[in-house]
Parts: sequence; C-alpha cells; structure tokens
Amino acid sequence: MGLDFSVVPSYFGVLLMGAGWTIAITICAGILSFFGGIVFAVIALYAHWALRLPVRGFAFLFMGTPLLLQLFLIYFGLIQIGIDLPAFVAGVIGLGLHFAVYNSELIQASILAVDKGQYEGARTLGLSRGQTLRRIVIPQAVRAVIPPMGNNMIALLKDSALVSVIGVMELTLAAQQAISRTYRPFEFYLAAAFCYYIVNLALEAGLRHLERRIAASR
Amino acid sequence: MDLDLILRVYPFFLEAAWVTIQLSVLTALLGLTCGALGAAARMSRLALFRWIGAVYVSLWRGTPALIQVFILYFGGPQIGIQLDSFAAGTIALGVNIGAYMTETIRGAIISVDRGQTEAARTLGMSRWETMRKVVLPQAARMMIRPLGVNINALIKGTALVAPISVVELTYTAQRFIGSTYKPFEMFLLAGLLYMIIIYAVGHGINWLDRRARIT
Repeated sequence: MGLDFSVVPSYFGVLLMGAGWTIAITICAGILSFFGGIVFAVIALYAHWALRLPVRGFAFLFMGTPLLLQLFLIYFGLIQIGIDLPAFVAGVIGLGLHFAVYNSELIQASILAVDKGQYEGARTLGLSRGQTLRRIVIPQAVRAVIPPMGNNMIALLKDSALVSVIGVMELTLAAQQAISRTYRPFEFYLAAAFCYYIVNLALEAGLRHLERRIAASR
Repeated sequence: MDLDLILRVYPFFLEAAWVTIQLSVLTALLGLTCGALGAAARMSRLALFRWIGAVYVSLWRGTPALIQVFILYFGGPQIGIQLDSFAAGTIALGVNIGAYMTETIRGAIISVDRGQTEAARTLGMSRWETMRKVVLPQAARMMIRPLGVNINALIKGTALVAPISVVELTYTAQRFIGSTYKPFEMFLLAGLLYMIIIYAVGHGINWLDRRARIT
C-alpha cells in the first residue's frame, strides 16, 4: 500500500475544524495555566502552611508524573466523584493545571528575585502587604518570566494532542476520524503534523513579538 | 483508599515500571546519538549538513511527539516500515528527544569561549583535535544539567507509547482504571513509581554534575 495524498483535500474542512479546536484548547488552557501559575506561586510562597503544603505536594506530584497519566486521573477521577464534565473541559483543566505547576515554579523564582527595595519602598509608601504583592511585586515578577512561560505555551500547544486520548475533539482526533474512514494513517497524521507545525510557527512569531514589546517598554 | 486493591494489582505495576525503565534507557541512548549527530550537522562546515540539522530540529520540535509516534507506528507499514509497538515507540521518542538534545549539545559547545578555539588553532591543532581535546571536555561538563532536563522530560514522555498499547506504567494504570473504577489509587501507584524513577535519575544527574565541577 503506497502513499496517496489525493484523499487529504476532501477532509480539509475536518482538519481545519480540528486545528480550530486545538487553538481554542491551547488558548483556554494557556490562560488557566497563566493565572493558575500566579495563584500557585503566591500560595506556595506566602500562604498559611495548611494551604501551602497541599499545593506544594500537588506540584511535586504533577512535576514527577506524565501529563497523559494526569489526564486519565482528572477525566476518570472527576467522573468517579460524580462530576461528569465534557471531555473538552476536562482536557482544558488537565492541561491548564499541568502547565500551571510549571509556570508557578518560574514565577516563584522570579518573585524571590524581585529587589527587596521594591517591597520596602511600597511598604514605606503605606501599601499593605497584599497591595504590595498585587501591584508591585507580581507584575514585575510575571513580566520577567514571559519568555520562559512562552516556551511552556509552545509545549502546551504540542501536548494538547494528548487530550485526543480522552476523546476531546481536536486536530489529532480529527485526523483519526479521517483515518478510520480512509485507512490512510500516514497521509493524515502527516497532514495533522503539518497543521501543528504552522500553528507552532505562528505562536512562536507571536511570542517573539510580545517579548520585543516587553523589552521595549522597559 | 482501597489498600486491598493496591496490594492485589501492584505486581502488574512493577512489571510495567520495568518496561518504562527499558523504554527510558533505550530512548535516552537513541536521543543522545541523534543529538550528537544533529549538533555535529548543525555546526558542520558544509551548508547542506547545517540545513539538514536545522530542518530536523525545527520539524521534530515543531510537531507533537504523539503524532510522530502515530506516524511511525500506524503510517510506517504504508512505506514498508513494519515495527512492533515497543520498537516504533522507542524509535519515534528517541528521534524526537534527539532534536531537543541537538540544541542542548550545540548550546553547550557554543558557550565555550571562542578564545579557547582560537588559541588551540594557533597552537597548530587541527579543527577536529581542537574540538576533541579542548572544546568538548569543557562543553561536556556544561551539558550535564541541561541534558538532565531533557532526560527528565523523556522519562515522562515514555507515557506517549500507551496509546499504541505498549504495556508500560501509564497503559497499565489506564487499563486498571477501566477495570476497577479506582482512578486515584491507580494514579498514585503509577505516579509513585514514576517519581521514584524520575527523582532517582535526577539525583544521579546532580551527582554527576557535582563531580564534573570538582575535577
């Protein structure tokens, strides 16, 4: 059985819709991982130990296990405790939490690296501890880690392929549907890879643009 | 927490962990080989090799590893490559991590001060001698830690062969979740074994890194 790419164009719409869903998942999970990362970082550094320890334990567990295993836990675990979420939501939560843990590590290091004088200055000016964190420290800390968080976003885009395994409709599953009708795995997985590559290039270009703007605004 | 169940199924998980370890070792060896070749190609004097190296890194890093596994395992037979799932998974993941390792190795080599190369060349060493006797020994020390990061990612990445039915840890956890409806227990069991492997390897790499700094 040789290769025959002539069947691919008739599934162009299916793949395009899959790519759309992949982008939607990446954006939703990316936003969740961004804000989740900030929340986890603040908790891991400043919260009462009763909150800090579980969050640190969670981070330890999530950094030491594969994403695919975590997706199975979240998808089937939520069903077990009676929460039957659509696969899309479970996938976004799984990806978002996974990358929130990695973003949190970056943000924690960055918060600790913010000049101590900034705290002292803000506190002297009469800002409360919470205000100092929210308005002075965190904006600086987050801005400093935009480039490495961008790398996490690129990893997230590629890892979004894993949610096909729990049945989320996206690019990889779209390719699989086309394959189940045509029995042409090589052609359609290659076509899907091509779509991922294009989206990946666009995301990289966008992140470079963002980095330049941040560098310029300093 | 169902302890009875855990005690009943853990031998299956131990067996699966052994498969994960084998996958990790083979993938790491293939990845290091591809990484060394890729770095050599990217730093070659021949433009063609540099171009091949750059395309390899860009394509393999720019697409999901899962898709690469699927292309080789499901698509391979169409172009005459018939591999069992373990072999297909190992090769796809090894070549994938090799693209990341290419950049790690190249980065470490570039970070060796240019003056070192210039001095060695002035002393009459050939390009190859300079690389082997002056640059690589220094670069090797610098690449231990970043290669450790790649290896950490690779161990977790071995879970990607679960969808092509290699009976490793994630596949085993998935199968038992399906048959027992105890996702938390199965996750903890598989997770614990992954963490033992990952943190043990991490310690080994830290130890290597410290030793390389002392000498």
